[in-house]
Amino acid sequence: MFDFSVATAWIDQGLRNVMSPAWAITVECVLIGVALLAVYAIMALILILAERKVCAAFQCRLGPNRVGPWGSIQTVADMIKILTKEIISIRHVDNFLYNLAPFIVILGSLLAFACIPFAKGLQALDFNVGIFFMIAASSMGIVGILLAGWSSNNKFSLIGAMRSGAQMISYELSIGLSILTMVVLSGTMQISEIVERQDQLWFLFKGHVPALVAFVIYLIAGTAETNRGPFDLPEAESELTAGYHTEYSGMHFGFYYVAEFVNMFIVASIATTLFLGGWMPLHIPGLDEFNRVMDLIPSVIWFFGKSALMVFVIMWFKWTFPRLRIDQLLTLEWKYLLPLNLLNLLVMVVIVVTGWHF
Amino acid sequence: MNPLKAHLQAICPDAAFQDGSGPVLNMEVGPESLAALLPHLKNDPELLFDFLEDLIGMDFGEKVGAIYRFYSTRHGHRLHIACQALNRENAELPSCSPFWEIASFYEREVFDFFGIRFVGHNDMRRLFLRNDWTGYPLRKDYDLSSEANPVKLQSEPLKDITQAVVATQSGEISGQDRALFEKDEYVVNIGPQHPATHGVLHFQVSLEGETVRKVDVHCGYIHRGIEKMAESMTYPQTLAMTDRLDYLSAHQNRHALCACIEESMGLEIPARAQYIRALMDELSRIQSHLLFYACFCMDLGALTPFFYGFRDREKILDIFEETTGGRLIQNYNVIGGVARDLHPDFVKKTAEFIRYLPTVLPEYHAVFTDNVIFRQRTRGIGVLSREKALSYSVSGPCGRASGIACDIRKRRPYSVYDQLDFEEVIRQEGDAFARYQVRMEEINQSLALIDQLLSKLPEGDYCAKTKPVIKLPEGRFFKDVETARGQFGVFIESRGDKYPYRLKFRPPCLPLVAVVDPLASGNKIADLITLGASLDYVVPDIDR
Repeated sequence: MFDFSVATAWIDQGLRNVMSPAWAITVECVLIGVALLAVYAIMALILILAERKVCAAFQCRLGPNRVGPWGSIQTVADMIKILTKEIISIRHVDNFLYNLAPFIVILGSLLAFACIPFAKGLQALDFNVGIFFMIAASSMGIVGILLAGWSSNNKFSLIGAMRSGAQMISYELSIGLSILTMVVLSGTMQISEIVERQDQLWFLFKGHVPALVAFVIYLIAGTAETNRGPFDLPEAESELTAGYHTEYSGMHFGFYYVAEFVNMFIVASIATTLFLGGWMPLHIPGLDEFNRVMDLIPSVIWFFGKSALMVFVIMWFKWTFPRLRIDQLLTLEWKYLLPLNLLNLLVMVVIVVTGWHF
Repeated sequence: MNPLKAHLQAICPDAAFQDGSGPVLNMEVGPESLAALLPHLKNDPELLFDFLEDLIGMDFGEKVGAIYRFYSTRHGHRLHIACQALNRENAELPSCSPFWEIASFYEREVFDFFGIRFVGHNDMRRLFLRNDWTGYPLRKDYDLSSEANPVKLQSEPLKDITQAVVATQSGEISGQDRALFEKDEYVVNIGPQHPATHGVLHFQVSLEGETVRKVDVHCGYIHRGIEKMAESMTYPQTLAMTDRLDYLSAHQNRHALCACIEESMGLEIPARAQYIRALMDELSRIQSHLLFYACFCMDLGALTPFFYGFRDREKILDIFEETTGGRLIQNYNVIGGVARDLHPDFVKKTAEFIRYLPTVLPEYHAVFTDNVIFRQRTRGIGVLSREKALSYSVSGPCGRASGIACDIRKRRPYSVYDQLDFEEVIRQEGDAFARYQVRMEEINQSLALIDQLLSKLPEGDYCAKTKPVIKLPEGRFFKDVETARGQFGVFIESRGDKYPYRLKFRPPCLPLVAVVDPLASGNKIADLITLGASLDYVVPDIDR
């Protein structure tokens, strides 16, 4: 299996040969930043196209099919269009906060994006409390949403932002606890280590019942965390027109849109990393031949394949279920998911201590 | 003598009775006797007129006044009361709103068009027109010139003040200003441009966090003055207006007006025309209920079922298009029958459709009806009790979901419905889920009806011969049909001309909008949307 750290080490060595180490690190940081931004934007385009195609398939229609083969460059055209759109300035808004809010949202999402292990050795940020950093960074997005709702000076936006605040803070608990359950199983918080420790068996299978429970809770909470249907209350179209981003136009609106889609990918890739072995191929203990064949498939394909599957599941939720009401949403979290999660964590600790896992 | 008449005579000795057609009793009283009569009408065990079908403002010529249409669901008898205000300039009538809550809306409409103030009404604002409108347009002496009401280019500021009309001890009538909203209330405008109001309707919603405290409805954004326009149109010309009311029941609306004109002329319609009308009515009902399903899903945030509903509705529209040339607005009924014969493929395609729809309905239920989120969001939400529904004159599927047996096709069969076998779908719960279920079950009943109609469809003429100029004899004529949304009534006052003296439609959707406030108060914002979708009103029908 190809290790991308060979390539990155080669680039690092090359840079150090022509400049001082301090400069080499600066240049590397810039390169990584540019690469991440590019991947981030391309990811968003692919996801938007995928969403439109998936929802079209659910709804007995074709989806985009005019620009490029099978409409494949439709979203590129859309991107160019939104970049040329005027950002309408609105009177009676808090200008500083209003313009700042979309950048906070995109920053939070980009930081979390940087932690994802895309393939063996291909990860921008990796350190001993990586998963904690990821949760912390992705939680920053909520600040942007609250600011957007508050600074817009619009009642619909404000209601949307308040809903979003209540919803994200509640579901953050479930996400954190289900991730903690898996951290207990893996024994580390370093993301690359978490993936490495699944080389025998993915955690979803290794941790059997509590891992499965944590997986389901994570998927529900993750969908809620990204404000997607059936938890899309903050921007409930039929109630609040567009919720917290009602007043935004042009690329400022585009930032929210892009961040929402990439957040969905981030949720899917964390699920992949924690439960489905990240870029690790499917290994079954005892079947050495099978495992060797699986190793032939590159790790990038494993990672993106599994993430795509999770993304599809999240899209499937959205295009099937009606929206919950705010009190039902909070009841679901505080009365059912949270107690279940705490119990599940306890069960996982017992299983790990007694060694009852596979 | 009719016992009802005798009883009324005893309460109100100065009432004048006319012999009406059929089981309807017509009487005429003065405003003072009416004020004394109203509590009796509502509460007297022998009268119990619990359903105020309609309140029709009238310019009688010398005086202005109103015609009340009462119906008793207990005894089944009907009463029409005409009442003229004492003078034209300061016209006043007693208000029914303390007894029938829907009257607060009906009376606002009459006030808007005829300038009659209702004593005891505590919200005497215009319902459809701008507050700065001059004159009362449906009075015969109204100044139609554009100088009287120039087109205004600035928007009208919303007033948060209304007037309560009260009578003082000495009998003097005065208006008292009343604030609609407190100063520090958090009022959100839902509409007139909003995805969930199904047209240009405007709710001013007072919120407390997520909870709705009060809803104030503003109608009239697409008011076109159809009733006024009809007064200068010949009878065949008025037909085209009906399709533009509730456009999802276009065919049934037109059926009502045609039937009203035909009955008053004494015109006999060929059997085939009757069957064609009933067939089209039932197809309209199915397509309307399919659209209801689609929009209900969408308003609750489920976007996929929306396409299911529209996919299948399209098949009905294709059938319409072949025969009538129209998809949404068909212009198919004419006085004496229908405009042209059925398309040769009609029977085949309709038969195919009624075999096809039952195969996809289980899919509808699987993806939406049985969904746990959907059930939680609709069960027990917006419960409209039977009493409340009667008081608000709610008819149609919403009325039947609250336990009122109000299907005109069963209660007062018209067309060929008395020869057909179908069930009136009634539920007792009165919540949003019951309203949904009634409509879904009505789709099945309509399919059964179409099956019977197709097998019985007779050969023959599709239209009776009529004179080139149609004149109605003098008199007042009423006709009600059951549209997809409820009781649609037509009232024609004819003075023997080729134009109607007054034409009034009873909109099934106005009561549905009137119940939004009592049902939504105390619920969440999301429930307001659920409610609006489950009531399924169509705005052009409210505004006319």
